Amino acid sequence: MRIDESVQVAAPAETVWRYLEDPENYLHFMSGITHWEVVGEHPNGLGARYRILVRVGAAEVGGLVEMVEWHEPFDIAWHSVSGVDHRGRWRIRERRPGRTRIEYRFAYGVVGGGIAGLITEVAAMLPVRRQMRRTLQQLKRQVEHEQRRLEAELRRATRGAVAS
Amino acid sequence: MYYDEPQGMAAKAMGFVRKQVANRLNGSLEDRDPDYLREALPWLWLLSTFYFRAEVRDLGNVPADRPALLVGNHSGGNVIVDTFIFSLAFSTYFGVERPFHQLAHNLAVAWPVAGGMLRKSGTLSASHEHAEEALEAGAPVLVYPGGDWETHRPSWEGNKVDFAGRKGFIRLALDAGVPIVPVVSIGGQETALFLSRGAGLAKALRLDKLLRLKVLPVSLALPWGINVGDFAGHLPLPAKITIEVLPPIDLEREFGPDPDVDEVYDHVTALMQEALDGLAAERRLPVIG
Repeated sequence: MRIDESVQVAAPAETVWRYLEDPENYLHFMSGITHWEVVGEHPNGLGARYRILVRVGAAEVGGLVEMVEWHEPFDIAWHSVSGVDHRGRWRIRERRPGRTRIEYRFAYGVVGGGIAGLITEVAAMLPVRRQMRRTLQQLKRQVEHEQRRLEAELRRATRGAVAS
Repeated sequence: MYYDEPQGMAAKAMGFVRKQVANRLNGSLEDRDPDYLREALPWLWLLSTFYFRAEVRDLGNVPADRPALLVGNHSGGNVIVDTFIFSLAFSTYFGVERPFHQLAHNLAVAWPVAGGMLRKSGTLSASHEHAEEALEAGAPVLVYPGGDWETHRPSWEGNKVDFAGRKGFIRLALDAGVPIVPVVSIGGQETALFLSRGAGLAKALRLDKLLRLKVLPVSLALPWGINVGDFAGHLPLPAKITIEVLPPIDLEREFGPDPDVDEVYDHVTALMQEALDGLAAERRLPVIG
């Protein structure tokens, strides 16, 4: 099952990228997330690994994921190494200056096949989509807040330079 | 000679059954099958999410990198839905790759078909040796000290932790040097209307001697109506199940190098009762939750 959701944010792609590349930020915007831990030596970049858990229905599902694409400032993609079989991607595209579209793609499969696997994939679609939408809304708030903070910092620095 | 043959056949049949049962009871840790569990997860998730609206809280209290003795209150008669829900939650949280074992009554493990499924999911017949072996291998082990006594308690005692004074789990944790992690669940006793343990009846029929059964429960359950013994199980009502994992208790650190077993028992059961009271306070209606 593959689900795509997207959101427009009032910030350049670089701000979005800087926010998404920092693993410490994920607990602040990922909806339903209960655990996000860096596993291994690299906090980010190609090959970085995280242990992630998200509450879906009665269970916290997830497992170990590995970053398989790290294309600054456009794409971050990951695959599951253990736990629930899934793939995900952040696709960041600046449509016009200061306006960026963030696409969140998530594909999952329920190992076990058969009728139960199919029913579970379909049944999980609604709660997963709901969580993805909430995640994007929270990401939009965080990134736009970050952008306003950066702009304010820049204004202060400019005023300081003019005054001196 | 005419009569000897059937007797011989009967003896052979009994021998065969005895051997089958013994093989099942002596099952090893290797009977657990992670792939089987992975394939069972979709069914368990569907049932847990939509039928039982289950919620498992604070699984992070289970030590991630060392064994622990998980001690639960037992509910639901012979259809122990909270155990299945907990197994699902454990498997999705830590991954099916992490070994995890539960102890169950001999009768459940020896049962045809269902017993095989239980063994594949890591269930061992209840014995001190099996638990020790699993803990030594580094796996968390879930035990229900209250056993058949607690799981068949009347529905109106559903919010009561009742281990019937069984303290073997404390000695087990001390011998293995592992912490105790209490696991408290609510809702299981609402999956049927449990009327009586039938302890007197079990004693009169000598079931305690023959089958290690101290109870012969009577309940009102689907699809049987009056259900005596619950040997064939029952169709559980869709009661909301909530499970809470409490912080680990390091016995030596909290009670010294030679803990008093009675003191530990009182402490563990009091903590679990307090948590169960909290879960009970959250419920507004039976079954619905």
